[in-house]
Amino acid sequence: MSAEINLTLKVWRQAGSSAEGRFVTYEANGISTDASFLEMLDIVNERLIEGGEEPIVFESDCREGICGTCGLMINGQAHGPQKGTATCQLHMRSFSDGDHIVIEPWRATSFPVLRDLAVDRRAMDAIIGAGGFISVNTGAAPDANLTPVPKETADTAFDAAACIGCGACVAACPNSAAQLFTAAKVQHLNLLPQGQAQRWARTEAMVETMEAFFGSCTNHGECEEACPKEIPIDFIAWTNRDYIKAKVKNRKLVG
Amino acid sequence: MAQAITRVSAPPPVRSEPKIKLPWPLSIYQTAVGKKWVMGLTGAALLGFIVVHMIGNLHLYEGPLEIHEYAETLRDLGTKLLPRTWLLWIMRIGLIVAFALHIHSAYSLSRMSIAADQRYPGGRNYIAANFASRTMRWTGPIIGLYLFYHLADLTWGWFNPDFVRGDPYHNVSESLSSIPVAILYIVANTALAVHIFHGTWSMFQSLGVNSPRYNHLRRYLAAGLAGIILVGNLSFPIFVQAGVIDDNGRSIVEELQHGAAEGEDH
Repeated sequence: MSAEINLTLKVWRQAGSSAEGRFVTYEANGISTDASFLEMLDIVNERLIEGGEEPIVFESDCREGICGTCGLMINGQAHGPQKGTATCQLHMRSFSDGDHIVIEPWRATSFPVLRDLAVDRRAMDAIIGAGGFISVNTGAAPDANLTPVPKETADTAFDAAACIGCGACVAACPNSAAQLFTAAKVQHLNLLPQGQAQRWARTEAMVETMEAFFGSCTNHGECEEACPKEIPIDFIAWTNRDYIKAKVKNRKLVG
Repeated sequence: MAQAITRVSAPPPVRSEPKIKLPWPLSIYQTAVGKKWVMGLTGAALLGFIVVHMIGNLHLYEGPLEIHEYAETLRDLGTKLLPRTWLLWIMRIGLIVAFALHIHSAYSLSRMSIAADQRYPGGRNYIAANFASRTMRWTGPIIGLYLFYHLADLTWGWFNPDFVRGDPYHNVSESLSSIPVAILYIVANTALAVHIFHGTWSMFQSLGVNSPRYNHLRRYLAAGLAGIILVGNLSFPIFVQAGVIDDNGRSIVEELQHGAAEGEDH
């Protein structure tokens, strides 16, 4: 059953990375409960444009919860109130008529606001660049099932690989730590046979790049709750373990 | 063919490389995850001490002579191998080092997190973070200040005019019979239990001790240890106030030692 609700939005507006930001209140009336959160913002933006105002800048791409481009702090919760859901998959039926919604960008020192609700997440790219890959010889595709992977291992690696790199873990973390993102990106490769060759170099490089940009994990567990892919913090523990092992193993390799 | 590598440009790092690169394994302590390991290991050592200390203090309920003998037994530990009190001092030095590293890693990592974090002007909700995890940076300093007072009061006897060296029963009952001191002990030990509740669970994560089959037990262990420490440590100020632990200002140990000294004279 579709219904229409009237909302009051308190949206963070900021003209640029060096500009002063502030909250601006907008009335969003007649919003269908079938609309997604981003569609609701689209509607608000259309009305702003019609009124000759600057639209609210926010990021989105696939709008089906798999690309990790969208991400908003909605009423003080990363990706809003629905567990395991990215902002684009959050629907207005999660809200009631007359609700006040506070919308803010992700906040961390290494996530500078570009404009309004869009932040610069290149610090996360730097972590991936440090080791979030496997190096293979190019050529003909190897035979399927050439490398056996136990089902449980594949499942666990896939749980980590579900990370879409949205940055909600950093946004939700009271320390702005990127531990869950980094751990997911380290472990989905470290668990698999294909990731073994670079395992220790990867772990050390990615963790240390993470430490250059983000805070230190204090095991609150907020990231796990905020994660749209519900990635467990167990991966953080395994990465902590791999990191110390890497520190022991890698010391022998540098001359 | 040459590989095209594009370096990812990113905002300036929040944390700069250490100025002096220490040799391995000290270099591990220069990283945040390494510091968390040290924090977890030293936390485990300190937790072990706290549990043993609490259990040892239960000798107070046996009586003044029994706890005095317990204290002497601690000083006698390892006397077959080492001079008297040496083993105790080795353990004390270990604890001092653990405590210093625990504080330094906490301070250093907190600074790192504060630099990396930005507040939400619109407010934020906490879903998983609990009171204990969010107050670690408060309960920690409270415990540190309390520890100083505790040592000054019951080990060095600075604040107690009736202090008798080597008579824990007398000193405890004299100190904790003052209401402000009893309240201080109750507040500080509650902070300690709250700190232990998050610290015990957190330690497993930091040290990478994680096995999905047993993970749920970590919370029970944390709650159990915090509860045992809370009940045990709060019992001392409460039972002194209630008059259960009370030697009416007479130090039996002092009398015993005087008696022994007189006995030698004759």
